Amino acid sequence: MNPAIDAEGLSKRYALSESQPYGSLREHLVDVFTKRRRTAERSTIWALKDVSFSIEQGEVCGIIGRNGAGKSTLLKILSRITKPTAGHATVVGRVGSLLEVGTGFHPELTGRENVYLSGAILGMKRAEIARKFDEIVAFAEVEQFVGTPVKRYSSGMYMRLAFAVAAHLETEILLVDEVLAVGDMAFQAKCLGRMGDVARQGRTVLFVSHNMSAIVSLCRRAILLERGAVEMIGDVAPVVSRYASRVADLRGSYRARDEHQPPRLRIDSVTLLRGNTVSPVFYNSETMTVRIEYSARETLGGAQIAFEVLTELQECLFSTTNQDWDGLKEELAPGHYVVDCPVDLRFFRPGQYYVQASSSIPSVEVLDIMEESVGFQVHDDSSPVLKLGQGRRGVILPVIQWKRREDLAGHR
Amino acid sequence: MTIPAAPPARFIHADDSWYGIDLRDLWEYRELLYFLVWRDVKVRYKQTLLGVAWVVLQPVLSTILFTVIFGFLVKIPSEGHPYALFAFCGLLPWIYFADSLNRGANGLIANANLISKIYFPRIFIPLASVIAPLLDFLLSFIILIAAIFVLGIPLTWHILALPLFAGLACLAALGAGLWLSALNVRYRDIAYAMPFLIQIWLYASPVVYSATLVPPRWRVLYAVNPLVAVIEGFRWSLLGDTKLDSAVVLIGVIAVAIALFSGLIYFKRTEQVLADVI
Repeated sequence: MNPAIDAEGLSKRYALSESQPYGSLREHLVDVFTKRRRTAERSTIWALKDVSFSIEQGEVCGIIGRNGAGKSTLLKILSRITKPTAGHATVVGRVGSLLEVGTGFHPELTGRENVYLSGAILGMKRAEIARKFDEIVAFAEVEQFVGTPVKRYSSGMYMRLAFAVAAHLETEILLVDEVLAVGDMAFQAKCLGRMGDVARQGRTVLFVSHNMSAIVSLCRRAILLERGAVEMIGDVAPVVSRYASRVADLRGSYRARDEHQPPRLRIDSVTLLRGNTVSPVFYNSETMTVRIEYSARETLGGAQIAFEVLTELQECLFSTTNQDWDGLKEELAPGHYVVDCPVDLRFFRPGQYYVQASSSIPSVEVLDIMEESVGFQVHDDSSPVLKLGQGRRGVILPVIQWKRREDLAGHR
Repeated sequence: MTIPAAPPARFIHADDSWYGIDLRDLWEYRELLYFLVWRDVKVRYKQTLLGVAWVVLQPVLSTILFTVIFGFLVKIPSEGHPYALFAFCGLLPWIYFADSLNRGANGLIANANLISKIYFPRIFIPLASVIAPLLDFLLSFIILIAAIFVLGIPLTWHILALPLFAGLACLAALGAGLWLSALNVRYRDIAYAMPFLIQIWLYASPVVYSATLVPPRWRVLYAVNPLVAVIEGFRWSLLGDTKLDSAVVLIGVIAVAIALFSGLIYFKRTEQVLADVI
């Protein structure tokens, strides 16, 4: 089958101008009179460098990477918003792009009018929008408000309607940039479900996201971008695990960078200890100690420190908070704190894991999140039982006692 | 077994031609142009007290103002017609032109978010800027026809030429709009210069005075402003008895053609980097 997208050496260079991205007339006039060539002095940055890949028709491919890796630039080039500086791409089929939720929405117009306007901007025909209108409004759950200007909508309603329009695009190729992070949890699940439907309809989808579990569940293949270049391309699982190792510290410790204005409750450091030494490697017969140092700049009410353990594919294995143990403390006095959390690794499958700590006031605000997680590996301890476990399904690998009850069993 | 029709393939590459327009693209997106115009018309008078009445009030109030100042006080000759009618004939195309120009110059900037988030033929923005005010123009045109009827001025076959002059005004606004909108992306100075430009252009056009007041040796230079041909043409079509200098019209048409052609080239060149610099 012919590829739907075939990119060859795509590159994009941006000029980094000091004060303003566009020149002022005076600046250019001065240049003309002094015969100076300003363009030569301007420093440039390659947002994308020599990116080549090919996407089959009907394939759902994830694009992952850190912020600034070039993911959005790639989508912008493929959707023809901007031109590549070098390289080329062939795209077969109508392209719909969804780089932002609510592009083209006008606050003064009603819900109904915005569905038509935004649909047309996304590339839908008027007849097509009319046909799907009821479906779109039902999906967004705003039936009673289609005649109300969207400036009177709550932000949730606004986002739902905007996403609903985009979700009903029926182009052969769909480019989606991190738009699932809108609305409440229930709506997010609905959006993910919709993306899954789109994927199953045999349409080609390029999907940018930081949500690795969404990537893993929707995509079969993925592209990892790093500083504008393709770092890895292939089946989704190994690409996601490479990404995870890229954004983690693999030496077993993390220390917060010095900031001018540190968070009110800062995670200073997280260290994984094997006995008394820092280590990123453990056996599943051992206990790992997660040592967290944190400091409070002021008296805080109801604050908590938490950490999650994530799998190689960035799924949360479990999370725990200091309130689980201490109960809800009224106040946290300013100062520096150190806690040790022993984690029994007996239930862990051999593999790569990550610890991600954060501080927050639950259901009020997040105070601090580690910039990068701390990675650790769990190795099999050569016990015969666990060797057997290698091919088994399951996120955890507990050793369950199989106790023979001769007293209850009968022999026939 | 049937082979399904191959979907259209599109080739994305660095060096696109900087002239010429992708007609297939314009056709594919034609409904968007309609929606952009529709949006501009819809949003225009939302949350105003008088609403659509402004469409008529603007030229009528300007006419009253100009009639008091230039008709009664300065006593500018109006080619034998009531000054108010004379001024209204000039104000009608002028208000349309100035409105289009203002929208055109700010068009790309005002739609910056759209431009950086989605693809569509960018030329639709300046196009919509000259199409949307046509509705206002038509509404105030009805007032003008009513005034002519009330004053008992006979309409002649000259009126058949009116759409041509309206078209010339439209293309003149588009030519200038292409230049200004693209320049405004690179140099925000344009936004500040616009009020002065509009004011200078008003006095460089025979809106409040008759073109016959311009000394003959300056007439060729004067006619380079296509609004001279447009406004003279409007008065000729509607008031009947005034003379129309065909040289003025010709120079105006040539000026518009040059502005359009060069404007298209400059716009296409800016379009290449539009999403990056806006």
